[in-house]
Amino acid sequence: MAETATRNKPASGGTKSRRNGTRTSGKRVQHDAQNVFSDESPETLRDYFRQMTLIRRFEERAAQGYTQAKIGGYCHLNLGEEATVVGLMSALRRNDYLFTNYREHGYAIAKGIEPGRVMAELYGRTTGTSKGWGGSMHMFDVESGLLGGYGIVGGQVPLATGAALAIDYRGGDQVVMCQMGDGTTNIGAFHESLNIAALWNLPVVFVVVNNYLGMGTTVDKSSAESELYKRAVGYRMHGERVDGNDVVAVNEAACRLVEHARETGEPAMLETVSHRLKGHSVVDPGKYRSQESVEAARAADPVVAFRAQLIDSGVLDEDGAAEIERQAQADADAAVAFADDSPHPDVSTLFDYTYATPVANDSRRLPADPVF
Amino acid sequence: MAVITYRQALHDTLREEMLADEDVFLIGEEIGVFEGSYKITAGLLDEFGEKRVRDTPIAEEGFIGAAVGAAMQGLRPVAELMTINFSLIALDQIVNHAAKIYGMFGGQCSVPMVMRTPGGGGQQLGATHSQNIELYYAFVPGLKVVAPSTPADAKALLRASIADNDPVLFLENLALYNTKGEVPDTAEPAEIGKAAVTRPGSDITIIGYSRMATVAHQVAEKLQEEEGISAEVVDLRSLRPLDRETLVESVRRTNCAVIAEDDWLTYGIGAEIAASISDGAFDSLDAPVRRVAAAEVPLPYAKPLERAALPSAESLTTAVHETLDAVGRRR
Ligand SMILES: Cc1ncc(C[n+]2csc(CCOP(=O)(O)OP(=O)(O)O)c2C)c(N)n1
Repeated sequence: MAETATRNKPASGGTKSRRNGTRTSGKRVQHDAQNVFSDESPETLRDYFRQMTLIRRFEERAAQGYTQAKIGGYCHLNLGEEATVVGLMSALRRNDYLFTNYREHGYAIAKGIEPGRVMAELYGRTTGTSKGWGGSMHMFDVESGLLGGYGIVGGQVPLATGAALAIDYRGGDQVVMCQMGDGTTNIGAFHESLNIAALWNLPVVFVVVNNYLGMGTTVDKSSAESELYKRAVGYRMHGERVDGNDVVAVNEAACRLVEHARETGEPAMLETVSHRLKGHSVVDPGKYRSQESVEAARAADPVVAFRAQLIDSGVLDEDGAAEIERQAQADADAAVAFADDSPHPDVSTLFDYTYATPVANDSRRLPADPVF
Repeated sequence: MAVITYRQALHDTLREEMLADEDVFLIGEEIGVFEGSYKITAGLLDEFGEKRVRDTPIAEEGFIGAAVGAAMQGLRPVAELMTINFSLIALDQIVNHAAKIYGMFGGQCSVPMVMRTPGGGGQQLGATHSQNIELYYAFVPGLKVVAPSTPADAKALLRASIADNDPVLFLENLALYNTKGEVPDTAEPAEIGKAAVTRPGSDITIIGYSRMATVAHQVAEKLQEEEGISAEVVDLRSLRPLDRETLVESVRRTNCAVIAEDDWLTYGIGAEIAASISDGAFDSLDAPVRRVAAAEVPLPYAKPLERAALPSAESLTTAVHETLDAVGRRR
């Protein structure tokens, strides 16, 4: 990493460390068990599996809550991206900062927020991560370092750069991770921010979660250079691509880039390649997808694949896996129960969060109230 | 009490606030080496260095967004947008992010930042460089929009804006930079959201902000001197929040009003003020509320056309005369 990422040389791309994440790869990635698991303790691997399974079960419950109209608005799930989510989040310290897009439930949980609080936000309850003001797309929790999910494509990228500027300004050793989708790399904010982060040496790792799709548009129809990590070169930034279905590979790459950013303050970009298992959001049946791509996504399901690998390599046995799955289901169910039991915000709090510093003549009228 | 320009008042205030608080830093295009397009930041790079006076690429969305992100961490960025025309590039970060973060996350994170930006026409800069589009921002809950018209207010409002924990759009006007006025050496921060009656009077109320507040003042003085007419002038100073009480109270005393605004008439700030007067002082009105606003055209370059399009002391005086005639108060 050190030799590929110096700012004054064009990034050479980290070919050595890049793994088998070719964009047309739909088949299940075959791992060399020895190689994959060499650095990871069995406890860590089991914990990855535990987190991935929890996110899977949580998202299934979120989809259910949505169809029961307990959850409103839009609801974008991480199904199929669990390995990416857990691999990335395990590379961050609790006080490192994370900015995400609207597809963020898994990130919130893996960054350390109680699943109950995440579900309560989906349910619009006061116990939610944003007290019911944000919903699925807008979670926030300073204690676990989630500085927001953002519903505007690319909106989080300048903000993440600014948070990294603040760290640099104060001489802190935190790192900012900025998650986004493949479709986001074409919006101006992305380019402006990568340029600024590179110019000013800001400790931010831009993560592009390439699931081939932005809503219904495939990456090759939206990005002139569809190997997205290569865009980093334009900013003299180190960029690399990793198999997003491989939690260990994602974690290794993320750790390397995060630690490099921590030590040198240099930004970097990581592209993870995986699949979205379902539609863009819960209401989207995904009719635009070919049968092959749906099958390829299913065949590459990272939770199923990782379970099999752990059992093959003896890290887990059937009973152990079943126990983790039972617990994940119980945790997801408990999150739903917590959300269901929590109160909606009181209407009397409607004007509490317009301004942090109170001002003269702040309007506090309800729709039918007279102005005077 | 010193007499200084509006430009100097802004410069001095930035410097004093930077000296007082390490968290205050400046960010924007050409503010450092070039010393600012309008020289508000002259000398500050030399004094405070690159860390605190940050020249940015021409990337309004990128650097305004970075300022928002830094403010989320408790720093107090003062961003300069070269002119309000270019703020449109950063609209997403201002309206969808800076203004929303406090509410959208349930009050967990505030955005203590200031966006200073000049607006206004009259310099023959053509349609894209002459706009008064502060309304776009004044429309948005979560933002605060202030518009000082005098050097003293420039100082008092800038101090208040930097101390404020919310995003503040701080509107300047190209025509005001060289205007002079008395500025108290120890100016207290102003209260954001308060209008000022800058000249008491009994015959008519003239309401304005920024450049047109100063024009209203000149017109009122002249009417007093030449015609013995007593016009009250209300300077809004803050466009959001809007101090409806002060302007309505004034109209309740004078029973008629003319609004002077540099922006376009239809849906403009004057429309909101006229509606407020109707809401709060309908019974006191002796005549319809008049609005003096810019002609609704992309502002032309050619001098006579530009001059004809913008409100002036003459056009304001005409509207005041006609209103006074309507209420039979012209002597
Ligand atoms: C500026 C903007 N334009 C359009 C949208 C609507 N929209 C929401 S998600 C999305 C697709 C984004 O795709 P990608 O960045 O690949 O993220 P993914 O959904 O795959 O996680 C679009 C177009 C939006 N939210 N914001």
